[in-house]
Amino acid sequence: MNSAAANPQHRPPATPGALLEVLGVAKRFGAREVLKDISLNIASGEFLTLLGESGSGKTTLLRLVAGFEQPTAGEIWMGGQQLDTLPPYERRVNTVFQHYALFPHLSVRENVAYGLRVKRTSATETSGRVEEALRMVKMQEYAESRPSKLSGGQQQRVALARALVNRPLLLLLDEPLSALDANLRKQMQSELKALQRELGITFLFVTHDQEEAMALSDRIALLRDGALEQVASPREIYAHPVTAYTAQFIGQTNLLRGKIMDGAARCGSLRWRADGPSGAAIFSLRPEAICLASDGAAPPGTARFRAAVQQQFFSGASELLEVNCGGGQLLRVRISARGPLSGEHEFVFATTDAIRVQE
Amino acid sequence: MYSRAYKMLVSLPPLLWVGLFLLLPYALMFAHSFWAVRDGVIVHDWNLHNYATLFSKPVYVEVLLRTMRIAASVTLSSLLLGYPLAYYLSFHAGARKELLYQLVIVPLWVSYLVRGYAWKTILGGEGVLNGFLQYLHLTHEPVAFLLYSPFAVVLVLTHIYTPFVFLPIYAALEHIPRPLVEASQDLGAGSLQTFLRVILPLSIPGLLAGATFAFVLSLGDFLAPLLVGGASGTMIANVVQSLFGAAFDWPLGAAISVGILILTISLLFLSERLEKRWSFK
Repeated sequence: MNSAAANPQHRPPATPGALLEVLGVAKRFGAREVLKDISLNIASGEFLTLLGESGSGKTTLLRLVAGFEQPTAGEIWMGGQQLDTLPPYERRVNTVFQHYALFPHLSVRENVAYGLRVKRTSATETSGRVEEALRMVKMQEYAESRPSKLSGGQQQRVALARALVNRPLLLLLDEPLSALDANLRKQMQSELKALQRELGITFLFVTHDQEEAMALSDRIALLRDGALEQVASPREIYAHPVTAYTAQFIGQTNLLRGKIMDGAARCGSLRWRADGPSGAAIFSLRPEAICLASDGAAPPGTARFRAAVQQQFFSGASELLEVNCGGGQLLRVRISARGPLSGEHEFVFATTDAIRVQE
Repeated sequence: MYSRAYKMLVSLPPLLWVGLFLLLPYALMFAHSFWAVRDGVIVHDWNLHNYATLFSKPVYVEVLLRTMRIAASVTLSSLLLGYPLAYYLSFHAGARKELLYQLVIVPLWVSYLVRGYAWKTILGGEGVLNGFLQYLHLTHEPVAFLLYSPFAVVLVLTHIYTPFVFLPIYAALEHIPRPLVEASQDLGAGSLQTFLRVILPLSIPGLLAGATFAFVLSLGDFLAPLLVGGASGTMIANVVQSLFGAAFDWPLGAAISVGILILTISLLFLSERLEKRWSFK
């Protein structure tokens, strides 16, 4: 009899290479359905981001994995072991909390040593690993300080060290950078990413900031009202959003509502050749997919339209135009910076860049 | 900005109050403790005789020690009752929290005297408790130590001061950010370790405040020993009361009062220092 059969709470992962498997998980708080039938795999060593607006259920999903909440339905497995039946302190998962949750009565060193002390790790091993963790986040010189004496960024590092010192299989990060100012945020993003590569630990990261999600993640799981909208790599989700919601949430886009008839798409005054069944259709066309026709010859498979420039927003290397294609149809166009524009111009876009999306 | 005149005007009533009803009586008490009684009259003959009596007559030292023993027992038992109650309410009561909180507070609205008398009825020879014990045939005659004993005093004072111990501990527990508890569990600590390593240390200021309440209030109590203490349960405040009353030795009573006052102030000072040492903001 093998161990899997002897203990129903152990079995090899259903998907090879998956570290964490979320299987049909739902969560209700009273009458409110916060998560609906979520199924998601995270590969070992992956950096997966749960992205969504507030109230989308992303933090609840993280708390289910950490063990602070129990799923109403479904199961969570990690490395062939059922996780959702274990209390938080028996899961090989550690969390970096949104507001760090450092113990105010303990020094930085004692905070970092907490997990090892609780597990009765020997004093020599504890001090060695704590030292190593502090060095990793460059906080050795603050080892004896109290958390209240540290800045937000420093507290963030301590929280990271406190979690990583336990060598978790999976690190959960609950909007860890949201309390930091913009510059520090960028710096911490880069350090987080470097740390994840170096340690090879699987990260499950929660954020509402799509730019952050795009910059850091191997894959993004976009949540909307408690359901998964799309799970894909940042490039894939940006280039091929499945729904109008995704297209708008990830980056900027023009949503064109119209129809397909006789092999052509018609959206307001725009027309281009398009395959697909006839009927109502929504397209996502990124601002940078549109260029000025004068910028080059239009190869086959492009669509042209004339539009009047209404607004011009300069942003350094590029500028964003708001153009009127007639009949009040406004499009946003991103072009490389080229000086003030006004009046009517001819614009082109590759028809393959007009991505058909679902509502 | 408020004008000087306005500030003077609003601070005058409280200053007068404190001056007339607190500082002046204390000054009078302090002065009396150095005077003497001769032929039934208080004479302003400055000396330290009263303080010498205080330390030389074993009866006073004995009563003072008993008072401190009783106060310590009350503190310990109200902590043992109040802390778990506050912990349960703060962390595990869920929806019942508000109701239970009110139930703890309601007894404070009932007069101390009424509660004291209630205990007399419960503990007395013909009382409810003895009746019950005999009904169960656990005892065959009234258990005497229940009433008119230091035990009865500790029991009544514990009943009366437990809410005072509960309140600051509850407030301290409510102020512990819940993510700290989750962080502790996340790092591998079970309930007991989380309690010992996080919750208890962070609630120490409340615990100290509660303990100080119970100890200081018990130290100066004279009603409980009067109602249920009997001769063996007499406390220092009863001695002071009799010195100011039937015994007519105000100077000695004042000297004892000064002693208690110094003890109480030192305790409050010490408690405040410790609370500061254990508060992390």
